[in-house]
Formats: sequence, C-alpha cells, structure tokens
Amino acid sequence: MTDATFSIVIDDQEISARPGQTILQAADDAGLYIPRLCAHKDLVPHGSCRVCTVKVNGRPQSACTQPAAAGQVIESETDEIRGVRRAIVDMLFVEGNHLCPFCEKSGDCELQAVAYRLGIAAPKYPFLFPKREVDASHPKIMIDHNRCVLCGRCVRASRDLDGKHVFDFVGRGIDKKVAVNSAAKLADTNIDISDKAVDVCPVGAILRKRVGYVVPVGERTYDHDPIGSKIEAARER
Amino acid sequence: MSDILKASIEEFTLAVDNDRSRMMDVVNAVQAKYGCVSSEAMDLIAEAMDVKRVEVESVISFYGFLSNEQKGKVVIRLCNDVVDKMLGYDEVAAAFKFELGIDFGETTPDGNISLETTACMGMCDQAPAALVNDVVVTELSTDKVRRIIAELRRSLDPERLVTKLGDGNNEHDLVHAMVHNNIRSAGPVVLAGLGAGKALKKALAMTPQEVIRSLKASRLRGRGGAGFPTGMKWEFTRAALSLGSDKYVICNADEGEPGTFKDRVILTEYPDILIEGMTIAGYAIGAAHGVLYLRGEYAYLRAFLEQELAKRRELGLLGRDVAGKTGFDFDIRVQMGAGAYICGEETALISSCEGLRGDPKNRPPFPAQKGMLGRPTSVNNVETFCSVARILERGSGWFNQLGSKGSPGTKLLSISGDCNRPGVYEMEFGTPLREVLKLAGGLNAQAVQVGGPSGELVGPEQFDRAICYDDLATGGAIVVFGADRDLLEVVAEYLEFFVEESCGYCTPCRVGNLLLKQRIDHIRAGRGEKADVAYLQELGESIRFTSRCGLGQTSPNPVLSSLRNFPALYEEVLKEETRGFHRRFDLASAVSKAEEIVGRKSSHSEEAGAV
Ligand SMILES: Cc1cc2nc3c(=O)[nH]c(=O)nc-3n(C[C@H](O)[C@H](O)[C@H](O)COP(=O)(O)O)c2cc1C
Repeated sequence: MTDATFSIVIDDQEISARPGQTILQAADDAGLYIPRLCAHKDLVPHGSCRVCTVKVNGRPQSACTQPAAAGQVIESETDEIRGVRRAIVDMLFVEGNHLCPFCEKSGDCELQAVAYRLGIAAPKYPFLFPKREVDASHPKIMIDHNRCVLCGRCVRASRDLDGKHVFDFVGRGIDKKVAVNSAAKLADTNIDISDKAVDVCPVGAILRKRVGYVVPVGERTYDHDPIGSKIEAARER
Repeated sequence: MSDILKASIEEFTLAVDNDRSRMMDVVNAVQAKYGCVSSEAMDLIAEAMDVKRVEVESVISFYGFLSNEQKGKVVIRLCNDVVDKMLGYDEVAAAFKFELGIDFGETTPDGNISLETTACMGMCDQAPAALVNDVVVTELSTDKVRRIIAELRRSLDPERLVTKLGDGNNEHDLVHAMVHNNIRSAGPVVLAGLGAGKALKKALAMTPQEVIRSLKASRLRGRGGAGFPTGMKWEFTRAALSLGSDKYVICNADEGEPGTFKDRVILTEYPDILIEGMTIAGYAIGAAHGVLYLRGEYAYLRAFLEQELAKRRELGLLGRDVAGKTGFDFDIRVQMGAGAYICGEETALISSCEGLRGDPKNRPPFPAQKGMLGRPTSVNNVETFCSVARILERGSGWFNQLGSKGSPGTKLLSISGDCNRPGVYEMEFGTPLREVLKLAGGLNAQAVQVGGPSGELVGPEQFDRAICYDDLATGGAIVVFGADRDLLEVVAEYLEFFVEESCGYCTPCRVGNLLLKQRIDHIRAGRGEKADVAYLQELGESIRFTSRCGLGQTSPNPVLSSLRNFPALYEEVLKEETRGFHRRFDLASAVSKAEEIVGRKSSHSEEAGAV
C-alpha cells in the first residue's frame, strides 16, 4: 500500500481520499456530510443503520463500511437516496417509542437531528408501539430501551474501547435488543460512569442520571446548527 | 443439579479444547442434554470458554433450536411452511394440540413434551412434516399424530416413531429415517451417482492452478442461489495471502430456502461425491481445513455423514498426505446449525462456524480474502461441490455441452406443492418451466414460486421462460400453486417467514419486513385501499435497496413480484380511500384498551365494526 491519495467523485464533486479510508471518512475530510447513525469516529464501522447508504458506481452500499477506491462515482444527495434514507429513519422512529418532547436528549439526539435534516416532520409508517424495558438499577446510568435504535455503539465501545464487553445484542429480528453482561440488570455489571460506552449513545437510550437538563433546551448541540454542519464547515473555509 | 451441570459443561467444553469458536457445539450439547441452556449454564459456559456471559446469551437467543427456558424431554416442531399449510397443516396442528392438551409454545404439565412450530425443514415433498427432537416424521395426518403422541407418552423415545423406513440410505442404520428421497429424474451430472474416487485422482495429478483452470473452462456457477463462478471464487481464495495452508473450505448444507430439499437427497445418497468435491477444493485453494455446515433440521444425517468422513479418513482420502499426495493435508468436520435460515447466507454461516450469532458480516473483506477466523475461505453449496467432482472426472468439455449456452450443466430442482410427483428433478439448464411442471404433474397451476420466497412468483404467461441464470434463476425451489390457492395468503406467509428469520442487524430488514407484513394483513382483512399499492412498492424497494445482505435484498420479492406479475390480486381487494378516512384504521381495536379500562363499550364500537 502507498500513501498516495486518489480521487473519488461524490455528487459530481471530485474529492481526494487516502488508502484505508472508507467513503464516509473521505467525505467527512472533504467537508461533505453523509447522514449516519451507527457510525462513530472512534468505533469500528458497523454498517447496521443503513442511513449512510450511497450508490457506488450504481450499486447501493453503506458509506461507513465501503472502502474508498480510485475512480468511484458516488451518488449521495439524490432524490432516490434521500428517499431511502428517510424511509430508514422513519422505520427507526416507528420501531421504538421516541417521544422527543419528553426526552432529555432532545436537541442532542442524533436521530432527531438526522430526521430534521432529512425534512421529516412525522414518520410515514404506522407506529409499532413496542413494549420495552427501562433499566434504572445502576446508581449513575440508566438504559431506556424504548429509545434504543440498535446501532451497537455501546456494544462496540464497551468491547473495544473500555475492554469490558458490558453490552451485546440478544434475540433476532424485530425482537433483537441490547442486553447487559449479567443475569438481570446493569447494576450487576462492571460498567463505570467514566466508560466510553456511556457517552456514545446517539439517542436517549443510555443516559447519565441527574445531568439531563444541565444544558438547557435551546443551547444544545443541534438547536442552532443542523447535524453535519461541523463537517460542512470544513469545506466552506 | 448444579454440580452435574458443571461437570457436563466441562466435558463439552473440553471436547472442543475450550475453543471459543466451537461455541455452537457446546450450546447444542447442553440444549440436547438439559432441554435448555439456563442462566446458570450460561455462566458456566462463559467461565469455561473464557468469554462474557452476555456473549453466550447473544448466541443462545439467536437460534431457533436453542432456548434459555426449560423445554420438554421431547420437543415436537411442526413445520409451518406454505406447502405444509397447503397439505393439511391446520388439521395436523389441531390434532397435536388436542392430543397433548397444550398450545404451540407450551410444554405438557409433566414437563415431558413441548410443542412448537418451525420454518421449512426441507421436507416439502412429504409434507406435512415435523421434527421430534432429531427424528423426522413425514406425511402427517390426524391419525398419525394420534399414534405419535400415544407412542411418545408411552416411551418418550422419538426413535420408536420410525416404524417404516424410507428408501436408499434412509434405511441405513445411522440414518434410520422414514424420509423418502423422491428422486424423480436423475440427470447426467449429480444424481448419476458417479465420480467419487476418480475425480480426486485426476485432480491430484494436476496442479492446483490446472484444477482451477478447468473449473473456469467449465463455466460452473454456484448452485446455492447467487450463481457466482466457482472457478473464480477458488482463484481468489487461492490467491489470498495466508500462513501456509491455513485456509478454509466450507460446504453450505444449510438448505433453508422454503421449498428446497435437493441437498438433503445429495447428503443422503451421494455424500462421497460431495466430500470428494470438497477435497478437490482443498487441493485447488491450498486449504487444510474443511467444514460441512449442516442445518439443525438435518441432524438425523449427522452420524451417517461423520461415518462417511471416517471411512474416507481410513482410506487415506482425508487427513495427512491425502491420497498419497505428499504435503496435501485436508480434513473435514461437521458443524451443526441450530435453526436459523440466515445462516445459509455465507458470511452469517461463517459467523455461526465461529461460535457467534448468525449475523452476516460486512463486505469487504469478502470470505475469499478474510473468512472463517479471518482466514481465506470459500463457501460453496452441496450441489456445487458435486458438480466440481464430476467436472474433474469427465472434463469441462463434457460439462459445457450440457445445459444452455449461458448456463452449462444441470440444476437440481426441488418441486413441491400442487403437483402429482413432488420430488427432486435434475434438469439441464435451459429447460422451460412448462416442461418441468409437466414432468412433475403440476398441470393446473395458477402460479409458481421459482427460487423460493426470495425468488419470483410467476404466472402461466411466463411458464415458457427457461430455468437458467439469465432468466428464471433458482437455487432449486419450485413451489406450485393450483387454481384455487389464495396467492395473497402465500405472500403473507412468505413475509412472515422473513420477519421470523431476519437477523435484525440492519434497520430495513428488521423493521421493513414487519411493516410489509402488516400492510398485507390489512389488505387481506378487507381494509386495503388503492394507495397501498404505492406504499408496498416503495417500502419493498427501500428494503431491497438498503438492506445489508441477500436476505433483506430479496425478502420483499413476494410482494414486489406479485405486484408485478399478479396486479389483479391487489386491484380486486383494494378500495378507494373515502374522505381521507383510512380503511386500515380499525376504530374498534383502537379504543378496545380504553374500553377495557373504563369498563364499558364505546358508542363508536358498533359503527366501527361495520366498516
Ligand atoms: C438468506 C440467504 C440464505 C441462503 N441460504 C443458502 C443455503 O441454504 N445454501 C446455499 O448453498 N446457499 C445459500 N445462500 C447463498 C450463499 O450466501 C452463498 O452464495 C452460497 O453458499 C455460495 O455457494 P455457491 O457459490 O456454490 O452457490 C443463501 C443466501 C442468503 C442471502
């Protein structure tokens, strides 16, 4: 392998990429934002939410897992792709119980922010209203499965960054969920408030207790600038 | 209990050298012996194999045949495939419930017998069928159910249910099954039953590169569904870097596509040809390890297959210096699945072989580069390996003359449903569907599902299309639907299958298939409206477009292909939406919870019921 950069084309813009980069990483560096949920800069790619779906040389791929390669022609902000991204985000909303007005993550929530960015006012699919659990057993951390989008960030962070493997997926299909490494509750695991796994949740599923409103609504991450703005700022400079 | 359990788990984990990647063997053994993998067992397995408990739970909760709740000593799993439902499932299911006095999902109060359903178990040619522990019972009737339950109540020994044996090796002591092969048409390649012995000798006389070259010349494509050129796959796997011969050859005997059962017949009658094909793969690729991944439903073939492997080991055809070829070491082990259709997808299959949940993996890297335990791996279908052996024996020129121009060779078809002669047919590629139907006696068909639910539902005007890679591609399943079958019900059943079998890893497949199923259910309940066609189309295409693996990329096919080929099905039942009122909104059920709480009927109830 060489370190020589090469170019790829995203929506008619030629950008440069390095060997070993994914399409998502190359796009980020070039200041092109591709919406995503399960992807996180410190974690191995998961490829599960499918929000970052793009067309690579005519074939749908997830940008977070697909390596950039010289000469790729990529479509991202087309009507077709925006349509399927909306479909996926809609699915995530109806699959769980996401009550933004009551959620302390509102304004800091990536699901909510991506939905706004995609112009979603209300999901087009019927709500499934699943019955899901809340685990508030731990003195400092709580899990509300109602808001979980199964992105696996906590699973990967705990396993790969914290070296603990506190979380993993159990069940399959629509019954799939995140479980903790104990017979019952989070309190029985060795999770610690300083674990990376506590911070990576894109939604309000894993929450630190007693800090929910320290930052008031109106001053939160996505209250003024839509998600992706930071990435795009790199391009405007 | 605890000490005994601990001792058994130590025994099971020791048997696999506490190798974490052999988790499936351990949990399967615990399940078989104790009727569940309890919370306590999970802790013990985690400790013995040096993994986290949640990793064990993650595996157990994934597979249909594993459970953390106590099951009876005998577990009856009635196959609920579409074909079984066409051939008497309802009566048989009712008989099981009546005789046992329990519902599906329950265990008799004495803790002896559990009753469950399972997806297609590869017996559509002799449906309705069920698994009783590992024992297969076929052609069920209410009478047969009565006798089965009486015998089980008496002896709790499923083996005693096999009173009449099937044909061929089903009579073999180690198989001992009532299953019939139903080989209706043996073609020149696979079911000719030739090839073992000679093929390997010829292959070993060539260089590995020559073997691959002759496979490429034969233009053999994979028989498992995706149709990838076999020679090319082996070439990639051979070229991939590894430490010496630390590569894997895996045989995909997961055969889970509803309506498929041809691999069952090969495994029963021609395992030697299959093993020979795998051995040739080992030689061509430079692999030392072979794995035969056998679906849990075919556990009744396991002992027989193990013995076939042992026989070949004794003959020097497996092990060190295979067939006298110095430096060519290759052996094969059997890996049991545990009831998960997704494990037929090659990267999910690899996950399962690694002792993980059967989640597919991200590609790239492809298995040829990084597969089993990160090593270069070629996964091929049972029938593909058999074709390989025959090609090596007879030459690629011979093979090339069979079949059609773009698709040389033959295809084993599993034909079932409304036809007089269900069974396995080996046909040359290029054969029109109409001819296949005639042979099988499926004369009055209004529709045929080609390639199983992930394939295409076609109608009579398409019966002249040919079975081949460029037209009607199929992994082998052909299900025939007679004139009075309700095709929307078929669509709903197949969707239900995908909902059940989705691994849940990616959003569109996990959620989208359920949404499709719900809308079809509304339509079938008479609550459809015109706009549903666009809804189904768009939803189906979104799932297909964005899903991570072949399951989600094909699961909307029952809907999409019926919309395309049978639009009248929908037009007949869909009504105009009136005044912005959604017909699918069911007022009665929407207010039912509230009615329960307040303890009286809503004034809207009657009105709503009348919609
Ligand atoms: C959901 C799903 C299930 C599959 N099931 C099987 C199967 O049971 N048997 C099989 O050989 N291939 C199956 N496949 C195809 C495999 O992924 C893979 O393409 C095949 O085993 C490769 O072997 P071949 O090249 O010899 O066809 C399945 C694919 C998907 C997406």
